[in-house]
Amino acid sequence: MTLCELTLTKAIKGLKEKKFSSRELVESCLKRIKKLNPKLNAFITINQKLKIKNRKHKLKIKNNVLMGIPFSLKDVFVTKDIKTTAGSKVLENYFPEYDATVVKRLKEDGAIIIGKTNCDAWAHGSSGENSDFGPTKNPWNLAYSPGGSSSGSAASVVAQMCLFSLGTDTGGSIRLPASFCNVVGLKPTYGRVSRYGVIAMASSLDCPAIFAKTVEDCELVFKIISGKDSYDGTSMGKPKTKKPARSEARQGRQKPKTQIKNIKIGVPKEYFGKGLDEEVKKIVNKAITTFKQLGGLGEIREISLPHTEYGVAVYYILQTSEVSSNLSRYDGIRYGYDRTKFANEAKRRIMLGTFALSSGYYEAYYEKAMRMRTLIKQDFDKAFEKVNVLIAPVSPTPPFKLGEKIDDPLTMYLSDILTVPANLAGIPSLALPCGFTKTGLPIGMQIMGPQMSEELLFAIGKKYQELTDWHKHKPDLT
Amino acid sequence: MQNSKLSEKQVKHVARLANLKLTRDEVGKFKKQLSHILEYVEKLKKVNTKDIKPTAQVSGLKNISKKDRVNKKRYTMHTGYYQTKAIF
Repeated sequence: MTLCELTLTKAIKGLKEKKFSSRELVESCLKRIKKLNPKLNAFITINQKLKIKNRKHKLKIKNNVLMGIPFSLKDVFVTKDIKTTAGSKVLENYFPEYDATVVKRLKEDGAIIIGKTNCDAWAHGSSGENSDFGPTKNPWNLAYSPGGSSSGSAASVVAQMCLFSLGTDTGGSIRLPASFCNVVGLKPTYGRVSRYGVIAMASSLDCPAIFAKTVEDCELVFKIISGKDSYDGTSMGKPKTKKPARSEARQGRQKPKTQIKNIKIGVPKEYFGKGLDEEVKKIVNKAITTFKQLGGLGEIREISLPHTEYGVAVYYILQTSEVSSNLSRYDGIRYGYDRTKFANEAKRRIMLGTFALSSGYYEAYYEKAMRMRTLIKQDFDKAFEKVNVLIAPVSPTPPFKLGEKIDDPLTMYLSDILTVPANLAGIPSLALPCGFTKTGLPIGMQIMGPQMSEELLFAIGKKYQELTDWHKHKPDLT
Repeated sequence: MQNSKLSEKQVKHVARLANLKLTRDEVGKFKKQLSHILEYVEKLKKVNTKDIKPTAQVSGLKNISKKDRVNKKRYTMHTGYYQTKAIF
């Protein structure tokens, strides 16, 4: 098997057993990138300064679980001395002087940055088409969008250019591309992964997040990047530990089949309503019935989240307001180019947010949206009193063609209708491949849980991937 | 909510507040697009939120701060004032 095609778990095992070297693994990925990136445009920057020799001595390797593993990052993560653009011409030549906390944690574990991936500029978008460096193409069909805004990250994982990738999910920007590209995508609980060094979009919604080939891989990376960070005042530690997380990961031995007891699954009816594409509905419903085969299943029942229909409106007021504040720092004085380099979507969102926060409109828009956010969160709180998790589709439609939704901003915003509620409530959501359309395009589902319930989501996700093999399908890119 | 259709004057005002320079074509284009979006968010009017508290953030955390650590090497005391190295 070609080394870049291994899962993270298998690659770690192979490196440990000295079946191949890290150099061979990284070179396999670089070869893949060289071959496919011209077609896919997944990477903005490929790391030319890769140094694999003697890394153990030069780096402060503390735990080396990910020793020698190549990964990619959405270009909104600040990486020391590696160009970081946020997908925008404003930062076209910006070389950061520090690493984001998640980058620091991965480097300390021995992981290797293979490149920075393409994304919608400032993470504003659901299709990758708002990148100032051209859109990424969906590896399953080059005429289609890979989803956004973490478009390049998702494409880089499914096209086997790296073993995992980091992205961000503010309104669905991990789950949508994960779903469109057939990879696993985790949006953690807000606050569980440090935002320090992540180019800010909407500070009360941004979640650094993970793309991986399997749930098992995703869990490994999550254990390393999550946890309290003194540089991020909104970050939170793990709820309780029975065993130190890293020693578990280090053991790497065959784990017994995951146990789930008396799990109650909720199916939110508002997510399966009128706007949902029939093919998506059929595929996700079929995936839900797969859970009936789960040994520890308690029940599957219908749940109502009555304020779902207001999610997009609330999100596009709150998020754009926070964006207008966060993007005010780009004045071209201390770094980057000036504000004339902002493209249309950035300008649109900055103006929408400025308007919503301006005198005379603040109460009617921003404050109203904050109150609605309380109601949306309460919907989830009430639901989780009755069930342990909720399962729903990620996208109301299958992957769409590049150019299909770009003319009307609102049409593009409505792609987020099923993903934004989880961001507004701050809860985690795990996106999993669960099928394909008749034309061979991937469909994903999401498993949402209460805050801090990632461990439960992983257990359920791993079980699903024991019962199915959707996640093993890869696009033919020859 | 107010009448949400934006006027050209409002678009220019908002652009000024946001320190964005717009061409005349852009003012027209954004006026249409932003008005369309603001019409969509009108639907929030349907819900009564009079007694609902706003949510600013969902982490539940409050007043997170770091302890101040004083580095005594960086200053000296002089007649009751702190004396440090000049920056400029």
